[in-house]
Amino acid sequence: MRAFEYTTPSTIQQAVSALGADSRALAGGTDLLTLMKAHIAAPERLVNVKMLLPRGIEARPEGLEIGALTTLAEIEQHPVIAAGYSALAQAAALAASPQIRNLATIGGNLLQRPRCWYYRNARIDCWLKGGADCPAREGENRNHAILGGGPCYAVHPSDLAAALLAFDAALWVHGRGGERAIELADFFALPAPERRTETVLSPDELVLKLRLPPHPEETRSGYLKAMDRKAWAFALAGVACVLRLSGRKIAHARIVLSGVAPIPWRARAAERELQGAMASPDRFAAAAAAAVQEAVPLRHNGYKLPLTKALVRQALTALTDPACK
Amino acid sequence: MPGAPFAIEGAMTPLRVNGEHVELDVEPRRTLLDALRADLGLTGAKKACDMGNCGACTVLLDGEAVYSCLVLAVDCVARAVTTIEGLGEGGKLHRLQEAFIAADAFQCGFCTPGQLMALAALFERVARPSDAQIMRALSGNLCRCGAYQHILRAARMARDR
Ligand SMILES: Cc1cc2nc3c(=O)[nH]c(=O)nc-3n(C[C@H](O)[C@H](O)[C@H](O)COP(=O)(O)OP(=O)(O)OC[C@H]3O[C@@H](n4cnc5c(N)ncnc54)[C@H](O)[C@@H]3O)c2cc1C
Ligand code: SF4
Ligand code: FES
Ligand code: FES
Repeated sequence: MRAFEYTTPSTIQQAVSALGADSRALAGGTDLLTLMKAHIAAPERLVNVKMLLPRGIEARPEGLEIGALTTLAEIEQHPVIAAGYSALAQAAALAASPQIRNLATIGGNLLQRPRCWYYRNARIDCWLKGGADCPAREGENRNHAILGGGPCYAVHPSDLAAALLAFDAALWVHGRGGERAIELADFFALPAPERRTETVLSPDELVLKLRLPPHPEETRSGYLKAMDRKAWAFALAGVACVLRLSGRKIAHARIVLSGVAPIPWRARAAERELQGAMASPDRFAAAAAAAVQEAVPLRHNGYKLPLTKALVRQALTALTDPACK
Repeated sequence: MPGAPFAIEGAMTPLRVNGEHVELDVEPRRTLLDALRADLGLTGAKKACDMGNCGACTVLLDGEAVYSCLVLAVDCVARAVTTIEGLGEGGKLHRLQEAFIAADAFQCGFCTPGQLMALAALFERVARPSDAQIMRALSGNLCRCGAYQHILRAARMARDR
């Protein structure tokens, strides 16, 4: 790890003015330190924001507020989230390991960088790191994207982002110009030549908190994740699903995929198959097929198509089982 | 990490390690793991992957299990760190350590301090954890020797004792 200056500002304004291209906010450090140790990131300054930003979960009339410094362990264990936002509790519980969940913050989780092995190897040049080409496209791409790929085919590593997107979450960010709110759906954006990152956050902005809009009692949700092993692995594919039923009729549906695209991927075509329809195995099969209808597999990741479809069907079946709520 | 030039603020980092007050004089880039091992001579926490992928460096930070390789020492101001060296009390082994011996829960022993600290965090919170809670608490610790079944047996013994 290269040497750096470490500062602990006492106000958010000071923190924001200390941020910039050569400096980074330090929250839990679980992603940033691994990038710095691997010489993928070499900031000159770390701005410790741990005393500054909100931490904790609060149920308000406007919705559920989650401070940026809230840890994944706190999200996993919070009774309000477990009861009303199961998909988020499940995504947190399935992410990383207990030791990481105790350190990792939700703000940092949304901003973590890809786990593409070419990206994480400092000796390999790649498009996302500013290079000309993507070695994964024709290379070892078993973990890579089947949706939204090109120029970068890395998958977004966050489990929680998919669940938050399925709950239509919004973010509050603070920059030099003050505070602004941004929908999570607009916060994530496919990397582009002029912005080789997965979010639109600028280097001198801080995420303050998240808000999940209130939703009616009868909302059901879940998160399923396929991994190489049973724990402590990134998603090969995952699905966050939020449903509201009126009788057997689907009044509201959100399907968001993780592990298959460079950003958490809203499967709008699958949602259209469900919206207003009666819950049935055929309908779920149609939604599952629609979820991957635009997928373009690379040489080694074709298995993600049937895997993703199976997860979508399984999630829908479990959530609409009359015995479950 | 030695050798390279660096900038420091010159501030000392005060914290508690195994109940004792210490002042660390370290660069900001020093991890808690390196500070424990190199600056404080506490070599119980092991350095294997240094990337959050193995669990050998697990210690308690304010009572919670964390990977000390992913924590900066300067981030530990006024916090309490417990390492394997501080697990037993008054020269006596902790009941988890006794159980590890009784259940033959290690081979090379490299993962053992981390396994014990991960379990210690659980046993601090839950006096009689279920098997599922035990397995979950251990899910962030690899054992290259594959002593998992014996580790599980040790945890059950400590619980049922
Ligand atoms: C071994 C391992 C396995 C993992 N497995 C999973 C998994 O299965 N699923 C999953 O979802 N995640 C997984 N993760 C990722 C982990 O959840 C993230 O590293 C963590 O959530 C990042 O949060 P942090 O607080 O540690 O962020 P940091 O490392 O402190 O920061 C990450 C980035 O976000 C920026 N940042 C942090 N907070 C803010 C803020 N409030 N405002 C602006 N910028 C900010 C930092 O500057 C940095 O660029 C894994 C990580 C490891 C090391
Ligand atoms: S997939 Fe993205 S991160 Fe991986 S090598 Fe290609 S450009 Fe780089
Ligand atoms: S050395 Fe810290 S997790 Fe492996
Ligand atoms: S006993 Fe050898 S690694 Fe676990």
